[in-house]
Parts: sequence; C-alpha cells; structure tokens
Amino acid sequence: MDSPIKMSTINLDFYYGKFQALQHISLDFARNQVTALIGPSGCGKSTFLRCLNRMNDLILIGRVEGKILLDNEDIYASNVDVVSLRSRIGMVFQKPNPFPKTIFENAAYGLRIKGIKNKNTLSEHVENSLKQSALWNEVKDRLNESALGLSGGQQQRLCIARALAVEPEVLLMDEPCSALDPIATQKIEELIQELKANYTIITVTHNMQQAARISDTTAFFYMGKLIETGNTDIIFTRPRYKETEDYITGRFG
Amino acid sequence: MKAKIQHKNLRKIIQQAMFFIFRMAAAINGICLLLITTFIVSNGWHAINWTFLTQPPMDSMTKGGILPCIVGTFCLGLGAIAFSLPIGVSSAIYLNEYAATGKVLRMIRFGINNLAGIPSVVFGLFGLAFFVIWMKIGVSLLAGILTLGIMTLPVIIGTTEEALKAVPNSYREASFGLGATKSQTIFRVVLPAALPGILTGGILGISRAAGETAPIMFTAAVFFTPDLPSSIFDEIMALPYHIYVLATAGTEIEATRHLQYGTALVLITLVLGMNLISIIYRSWLRRKMI
Repeated sequence: MDSPIKMSTINLDFYYGKFQALQHISLDFARNQVTALIGPSGCGKSTFLRCLNRMNDLILIGRVEGKILLDNEDIYASNVDVVSLRSRIGMVFQKPNPFPKTIFENAAYGLRIKGIKNKNTLSEHVENSLKQSALWNEVKDRLNESALGLSGGQQQRLCIARALAVEPEVLLMDEPCSALDPIATQKIEELIQELKANYTIITVTHNMQQAARISDTTAFFYMGKLIETGNTDIIFTRPRYKETEDYITGRFG
Repeated sequence: MKAKIQHKNLRKIIQQAMFFIFRMAAAINGICLLLITTFIVSNGWHAINWTFLTQPPMDSMTKGGILPCIVGTFCLGLGAIAFSLPIGVSSAIYLNEYAATGKVLRMIRFGINNLAGIPSVVFGLFGLAFFVIWMKIGVSLLAGILTLGIMTLPVIIGTTEEALKAVPNSYREASFGLGATKSQTIFRVVLPAALPGILTGGILGISRAAGETAPIMFTAAVFFTPDLPSSIFDEIMALPYHIYVLATAGTEIEATRHLQYGTALVLITLVLGMNLISIIYRSWLRRKMI
C-alpha cells in the first residue's frame, strides 16, 4: 500500500542571496489530492512551488536548505538527476506559454525530448493527454495548426496536456487561471477535479473562492512562513490564526 | 474663455510643428535612398548588357564586362557569412544562455563592441599581416573571406543576442519544466524562435561583407584577372574594388565613367538580391511560426 503522503517538505528554507524568502516550511502533500497554497503577493508561495520541481535551481543566487521528499526520497540529494525529476513533477505556469509550434508538437514536446520518435506512440500519447485536458474535441481537426492561434483558455489546457503527456506523478500549478476569463477558469477548475484521480496536484491561487472550490487541503503563507494548513473546509470556516482569518475574509492582501 | 481657446490653438500649432519635424526626419531616410538609387540607375543602366554581365574586362578594362567581379563578390559575401554565422551564433548562445554574468562576460562584451568600432581598413591590414603573410595563405579568396568574416562577427553576435533576448523566458521555463536539458531547450525551443532575428543578422552581415573595399584590398582582390576563381586560394576581382580601381587608378578614368556606374548598379542589385532572398525566407519562417 502506498503511503498517503506523496510529497513533503521538511524545514525548508530558501534564500535569494541574503534575503530569506522561505522559513522552515514543513508541509505534506497527500496523494491524489489537491493542495492549494494561498497568501498575499510576495509571501513566498510561488517560490515554494518552484522549489518542489527544483525550478529555483535556475536562479543563480538562490539557495535551498532543508529537505523535500518525493516518495520518501530527497529530491535535493546529490545523486538526483534534475532532468528526470522534472519529468516526474509537471508544471503549469501562470500565463499560458505554449511553444510557437503546432498544437501536436506542443503536446508531443516532452516525449520528443525523451527520444521517442515513433509516430504512432507520439500520436497516441498526444491524443490521450489532449483528452485528459478536455481539449481534444476542440482541436482534433487542427492539430497541425499553430498553438498560438488558440484562445487563452485553450492554450492553458494545451499547456496542461503538454505537462500530462510525460505522465508525471505530481502536477504543480502556479496560478493557472489568473490570466483567464471566468468560463475558461471554470473549465480548468473542473479539469483539476478530474485530474486528481491520477495525479497529486499542488496549486497556487490568489482566488479564495477558487481555493475553497477545488482544494482538499489549504496552506496559508505569510511573509515567507507557513502560518496554517489543514482541511480546506476548516481553514475557510474556522481558521485558528487571526492572520488567516483576516486574509481569507479579505481584510488584507 | 477667449484665452483658453487661444491656448488650445497654440498647443495645436506646436503639435503640428513637432509632427512636421519628425515626419521630415523620417522622410530624409527615404529621400536619400531614392536619390542614391536613381542617381546610380540613371547613370549606370546603359552600361548594362549581356556582354557586361558575362565577359571579363578587356582592353585595359575600358571594354568588356565584369563577370569575374560579380563572381568574386558573390563568393566573398557568401563565404564570409558561412564563416561568421556559425561562430557568431555560437558565441551569442554562449554569452546569452550559458555564461554567468560577471567580470569575464563584461570583458568579452567590451571586446565585441570594440571590434565593431574598428575601421574596416584596419581589418584589411590585420588580414594582410595575419592571414596573408603569417599564415601564408597569400592574397586569395580565402584570406578575404576570413578577414570579412571577422569584420562581420560583431554584427552577427549583436543581432543574435538581441534575438535570443527576445525569446520569452516562459518558453525556457516550460521546456525545463518538462524535463528538457539545457541544450535540448536551446536547440528545440530557443533557436527556432530566434531564427528570424538571427537571419536579420545574416542579412546585415552579407550586405556589409559584399560592399566593403578596404578589407579585401590587401587580402583578396587584385587589379585584374581574366579568370574566374577555381579554388579558394585564387586571387579574385570584386565589385567594390573594381569601382575603386576604375575611378582612381584606371588609365581612362573619364572614359570608363559609365562602367563605374554600371558596376555600382550591379553591386547594389547583387546585395539587394541576396537580402531579398533572406527576407523572403525570414517572413516565410515568421508566418510558419505564428
């Protein structure tokens, strides 16, 4: 039996140069659940998210202390290959960022960089991932057209499909709906609900209602600290700390 | 009330005057280009005929054609770009994608910027000293290509770096996020997206290389050779140098005036032609992407 905890951080610190952006964050992510990270701008939630797939390695002055475990293995251990780690932990960004390639090539990118060339395998995976991201019916007749011709919401679902095509175990989402209109947002939210059957999802959001709607667990960040975490229903109805209450009721942030 | 209206009129006049100044500044560019081309076309077109384009010069270069010069300049331009584009693009990739910002990078940038500011005749002298004499290549197409290649490097590096900077970082992040390595990201995402911009650098480089006289004076071009180059170690004739020779050192400077304009017209057409091909290719690339 798999442990119910897919991923966890233990006493995680992150520094930009001398500035400490994250302080002793210990947080568990349950398998096949949606965890929402909330908090005012600059509180460190995006930085935290980017530690989880070692995207922060790209920041030269960045430094990580503490541990992040994926299936009980430290992802910052020296023998870990960052490249294969990132194919186990997919990421969807704030703004839809499809490549200036065709819809097909966007969805197939992750497979191509793994060296898969077989046309049938590629098509099969592309179709599957586009179906999972609920985009297949809208694009199946125009797979060879540019992805940049899609609407913002479609582009974001394509980015989700692109991430799913490499069959990750965890999906990180950095405010996936912030650049989208309400209808596109609703589609992505429904999608997240469906995807959690197969993936462990961690999402950053600025939208309180969204966090309440889509997540099972909510973690509230403030000034680089994890203030409070727990069952979403409880966080939104009976928060333990005053900061949490002030934030979710819109008194600051 | 009246004062207010007058104030408004004044503002309008200033607005109009500023518009006029900017419009004129922009117009001067177009007018210059138009004047130069009309001047050269009207003076040179009657020198252009089949013999002119397909025969070597004859009778102490007062008759015949300029075929060796056309071939020479074509080879120089193409050769220089074939040499400098790979090196320039690789340098730009290193500078923009790999090198850590710091003292070394600043020094390399400083060097490149200064290379761009060196007068072309200095490149000619350097080519003579280094390629022709020290490397014992001799006055040849190859020495000219290398000299022009080095001269166009800063242009290529500069435009390529701009093109790489214009590729949104979100593309790189998306690629890394999917488990791509740095080189996969560069070759599959960054370079294709930057290609139209890189081609602009190539266009500028080719135009500059084909049009220069000073760098090839001591390294590649000769006064007269009736033969077309058969290897990269041959001496060549070139259009800009031929114009220079006819206009300053020929035996019959006045009598060959129309040949000089004709040669200039061919040079402009050749450069524009090479540019046009790359521009068409570039816009095809852009259309394919968007």
